[in-house]
Amino acid sequence: MTDTLRDAWVIARKDLSIEFRTRSAFFSAVVFALLGLVIFYFAWDPTAVSVTDLAPGVLWVIFTFSGLLGLHRSFGIEIQDHAIDGLLASPISRESIFLGKVTANLIFVAAVQLVAIPALVLFYNLPLGDVFAPLIAIAILAAVGLVAVGTLFSAMAINTRLAELLLPMLSLPFFVPIVIAASQSTAKLLSGRPVAEAGAWIKLLLAFDIVFVAISTLAYRFTVDD
Amino acid sequence: MSSKISAGGGPIVEVAELTREFGRRRAVVGVSFALSAGECLALFGPNGAGKTTLLRVLAGLLRPTSGDARISGIPLPGGPPARARVGLISHRNMLYEALSARENVAFAARLYGVSDADERVEASLQRMSMLERADAPVRSLSRGMQQRVSIARAMVHSPQLVLADEPYSGLDESGARALTTLLRELRSSGTAVIVVTHNLSEGLSLATHAAMMQRGRFIRYEAVDRIDAVAYATSYREALAGD
Repeated sequence: MTDTLRDAWVIARKDLSIEFRTRSAFFSAVVFALLGLVIFYFAWDPTAVSVTDLAPGVLWVIFTFSGLLGLHRSFGIEIQDHAIDGLLASPISRESIFLGKVTANLIFVAAVQLVAIPALVLFYNLPLGDVFAPLIAIAILAAVGLVAVGTLFSAMAINTRLAELLLPMLSLPFFVPIVIAASQSTAKLLSGRPVAEAGAWIKLLLAFDIVFVAISTLAYRFTVDD
Repeated sequence: MSSKISAGGGPIVEVAELTREFGRRRAVVGVSFALSAGECLALFGPNGAGKTTLLRVLAGLLRPTSGDARISGIPLPGGPPARARVGLISHRNMLYEALSARENVAFAARLYGVSDADERVEASLQRMSMLERADAPVRSLSRGMQQRVSIARAMVHSPQLVLADEPYSGLDESGARALTTLLRELRSSGTAVIVVTHNLSEGLSLATHAAMMQRGRFIRYEAVDRIDAVAYATSYREALAGD
């Protein structure tokens, strides 16, 4: 187990180093998230929909789609010059490769969230106050589930000609339960309800995370072992 | 050994009636051979003969459909213990172009659990005359230099078996000389080598055994010291023409 996690960190560090050098996926995701916020802002009629009703939906729509940009790149860097063969021929376990990719993608999504959440708060003048910490917890829980499923489908889609289309088509149906739980719990918090009222949705998120991480980690080897 | 490799006796590679199919297409059919420490097999054949597929099975990248293949006695696909014994060189460089040459080789050293990684990385790069450009991003290197880095990457964990798939591809004369010297040194240090090449004279000068593949089968397999180079070249041309 220690070896698996250590090897996973080796993979994650390599992926993050590459992203740090190029910053292409990060900038694309941040710009996409900010553009999404702006478009939703101008399309919003505050007299018809309150900010606490709108903001959770906006938040999770932009997270989901900006996250997909990073998820696609995750295995894209392995396909160039067949670097994936070097990984698969090395003595690390398939689980390490998957968990390494998940870790790097999670840090990527968290970095995008670090820009997008303050931007959302500013644009929509959200009264975060006491709900900041629970909101971050929900964001992390949702990101874990989205990234686990998305990384698995990124590995499956990357060898196809229509990878950029296939990844969202495969992932989105599995993202739905996570997005519902995340937006419902966010809505409860933003509308000033006690954290305990969002408890059921947060537990559901946690359950999805456990199931999705476990199944995706075990299933990954079947996408690469021929 | 300073990596995830543990010691083992007997032949390094044993292959018996190995077959690999892709759907209804048979890429490798009933191939058998064995290779001990310090031996080298040169693998010749036309494009699509199954040479790369055979190497990919031995590297643990493909499962055999039937038959038996072992690396140091470990049946394939043998998981991490078998893969730790193999170094793979391909005509695709398997490098990350945003990372430097040194970072690519160091990444491989970490994957293979090489304990004295820093020294081994430097030694591998020096062996392929890449120390001067070690900090340059791979994307800024020429095709031949990238191939040198790729070879350094494959050697950093001192593999017991080197699988080289058209390793001379893209190398200039000095790069090719460095690779030939390296492969000879590996052989004399007890490493088994399988090299796929279209250059008969280069392959035969390196190898202890030679095999010619056509449509997935070994149509010739013999010790190099029994080969008449001229007759072999004729036979190779016939194989190319008949494919």
